[in-house]
Amino acid sequence: MSRRTPEPYLWLLFSGGGVAAAFLVPVLILILGILVPTGVVSPPDLGALVSPWPVKVAIVGVVFLCLFHAAHRIRFTSEEVLRLAKFDVLIAPLCYGLALTGTVVAGLIMAGIP
Amino acid sequence: MTAGLTPGGPVAYHAPADRLWWLRRRAYLVFVLRELTSVGVAWSIAYLLLLLRAVADGTTAAFWDFAAQPWVIALNVLALAATTFHSVTWLNLAPKAMVVRWEEWRVPGFMIAGGNYSAWLVISAVVAFFLLR
Repeated sequence: MSRRTPEPYLWLLFSGGGVAAAFLVPVLILILGILVPTGVVSPPDLGALVSPWPVKVAIVGVVFLCLFHAAHRIRFTSEEVLRLAKFDVLIAPLCYGLALTGTVVAGLIMAGIP
Repeated sequence: MTAGLTPGGPVAYHAPADRLWWLRRRAYLVFVLRELTSVGVAWSIAYLLLLLRAVADGTTAAFWDFAAQPWVIALNVLALAATTFHSVTWLNLAPKAMVVRWEEWRVPGFMIAGGNYSAWLVISAVVAFFLLR
């Protein structure tokens, strides 16, 4: 008899998040985290860019996938490197809980942009 | 007599815990560095959410002042290095995770990886176009 476990779905989300992060995060952090703050390029009009609702939905989706990806990896890396596997029952809900909290925060922020 | 040993019984052997196993081999270190790229992803998302909150509140000028501090830029440079390492290792992994066949012919790994790199380039160019125009 097999017991139902959420692990396959967690790995699926980890995988999807890995793709989203690989394609999108380097260019975003390069431009918005380095080139704009150092004055190499001028700041974009983000209010206009993220105003259409499909863009807002996409941003919340990307935030969800990327945070889930990071939560899953941080969960297993902390357990392997720091030998904390026996605390998985605490670490797993903490990691995924933070990822879900971040997603809700993203949704609230995007809802607040006209 | 050593405490805990049963005379004549089986003796359990516990290998001593090695807390620095990940420093013992280069391959282990690369593995842990690859896993730690997730911290760079998490920081990047947190940073971008702070930026979006500033957009929502109309305080982007204050946000760019915050972002121009040397420690924030240093963190973002680290995050760029980490997330680029994630992209390269992730896209290289894809051909190993999926086998694509066309009729009888198996599409070779370098073509799948090449397709991934092309997609990365195109997506990055599209994002850059909208942010820089």
